[in-house]
Amino acid sequence: MGHNRRARQGGVMGKTVISIGPFHPLQEEPELFTLTVEGEKVVGIDLHLGYNHRGIEKLSESKTFDQSTFVIERICGICSTSHPFAYTRAVEDVIGVEEPERARYIRTIIAEGERIHSHLLWVGLAGHFLGYNTVYMWVWKLREEILDVMEMLSGNRNNYAMFKPGGVRRDIDPDVIPVALRKIDGILPTLDMLRKAILDDPVLHARLKGVGVLTREEAIAWCAVGPTSRASGVARDVRKDSPYAAYDRVPWKMITAQEGDVFAKAVVRIMELYESVAIVKECLKSLPGGPIDLDLKGVPPGEGIGVHEAPRGEVFHYVRSDGTNRPVRHKVRAPSFMNIPTCTSTVVGESISDASIILASVDPCYCCTERLAVRTPEGRRLYTGPDLVRLSQEQTRRLRKEMGL
Amino acid sequence: MSRDEVLRKVRERFAASIVEIVDRSPRRVYLEVQSDALVPVATYLFGELGARFNIASGVDTPTHMEILYHFTIEEIDLLVSVRVKLDRDRPSIDTLSGVIKGANWIEREMHELLGIDFRGHPRLKRLLLPDSWPEGVHPLKQDYREWDTTAVRDRGV
Repeated sequence: MGHNRRARQGGVMGKTVISIGPFHPLQEEPELFTLTVEGEKVVGIDLHLGYNHRGIEKLSESKTFDQSTFVIERICGICSTSHPFAYTRAVEDVIGVEEPERARYIRTIIAEGERIHSHLLWVGLAGHFLGYNTVYMWVWKLREEILDVMEMLSGNRNNYAMFKPGGVRRDIDPDVIPVALRKIDGILPTLDMLRKAILDDPVLHARLKGVGVLTREEAIAWCAVGPTSRASGVARDVRKDSPYAAYDRVPWKMITAQEGDVFAKAVVRIMELYESVAIVKECLKSLPGGPIDLDLKGVPPGEGIGVHEAPRGEVFHYVRSDGTNRPVRHKVRAPSFMNIPTCTSTVVGESISDASIILASVDPCYCCTERLAVRTPEGRRLYTGPDLVRLSQEQTRRLRKEMGL
Repeated sequence: MSRDEVLRKVRERFAASIVEIVDRSPRRVYLEVQSDALVPVATYLFGELGARFNIASGVDTPTHMEILYHFTIEEIDLLVSVRVKLDRDRPSIDTLSGVIKGANWIEREMHELLGIDFRGHPRLKRLLLPDSWPEGVHPLKQDYREWDTTAVRDRGV
């Protein structure tokens, strides 16, 4: 194969060191995965991060409690509402209050709308990495519909700025609810078609089943969260285990799978889309009246913890107040911080053409495309980012041919 | 096991090491222990009670260095935060990474941001700060002063 020949030209027959990152299409932020490969088999992995460390915890300590809500909304562009959700709950935990009933529903609607578009983004890009560009295009078209709904409800496609300690900043206009419901219903037929196309595809079964398995024991040992752990049979979801907002007021199911492979992670995310659609619809239909904000005045000294099940898993915020108008300590832990280290267990032993989809299966955000490179130990470039994507796509095509499809 | 049973068992088992238990609310308990009891307490919570390690958060206070290790016991919807107080000048504590793999990264983070030494950590190297960051400068300590005069930073309100 082409890349083997090139590896030989690089003068390396035994172990080769491959860097994925620091700028890499599979990651939310720049990170460097250094893979050691023998032939095509990955035999070791090392992780480096911090390339985009912005010091937001420190920054938040220099802002007022209200300003911090806006700062931490910018931690992630995809799950932009998850951090304010956990943060406002942490501040409410310091004070010992809970948001009013109507605000609970509005918070739930925004958070689940975000989960829908975040999971769709992952499904689309996973499709692209496997050579299913039709899936990619279809899914991203659906995602646009959801972003439109979010714009109708909050005024923004992303970075909604809806949350504040004690409630939400803006109300949902009753006139847009029927329109939003129609739009959400509008994505379901295509979603059904995609679900069947993805989950019943024999090539995808062959390509993803048994690949990058994270066992239940490993998921627990690494303290993995969200779909990454639920696909390994760890039935943990903050929304069920410690209900908040409107999650115990509307019916929905926690989705789990047992296999722990990339396919199981895809199944969990796709099935969660349906649950989120059901939650958003039910909340919009049964939105109660009343105030949306407690109008809090100041934060007393003390400490509080807020958690929220973000699309990628539990996000955790710890806030300590000394009675002034700023937090003296604000600890933020995003779900990927716990999920990315699981790659140590899942990538080793697999083939290099599967590495990109396995690293992607924990759903670190996709951005900074085309900056993935394979190097010899002397630093000579062997593969670029597009090459690795191509390798992954070729593997799918080969499988398809072998299966006579 | 119910919430009361869990708290009773923890009290009995670690009676000698517990400094204080603050039963904050139905979902939150703060458990302060002596720093040498951290590993046994964490092993008990994680290994025997099946708690999930959420994360740890280090706080620099005027009198001491404090670490909170947060554990969630999903079955009873309880978040137990284990508090240890360390000497502010030379903060040092045993690593948890041998017991909980998921504690590896956060200890590296606290090591560089707060200057805490985790005894026995397999690889206590930098996680987040750039290579150009000077040694021994810990940005989350209260006495941190800007060292880079050319840096443009948001200094808040």
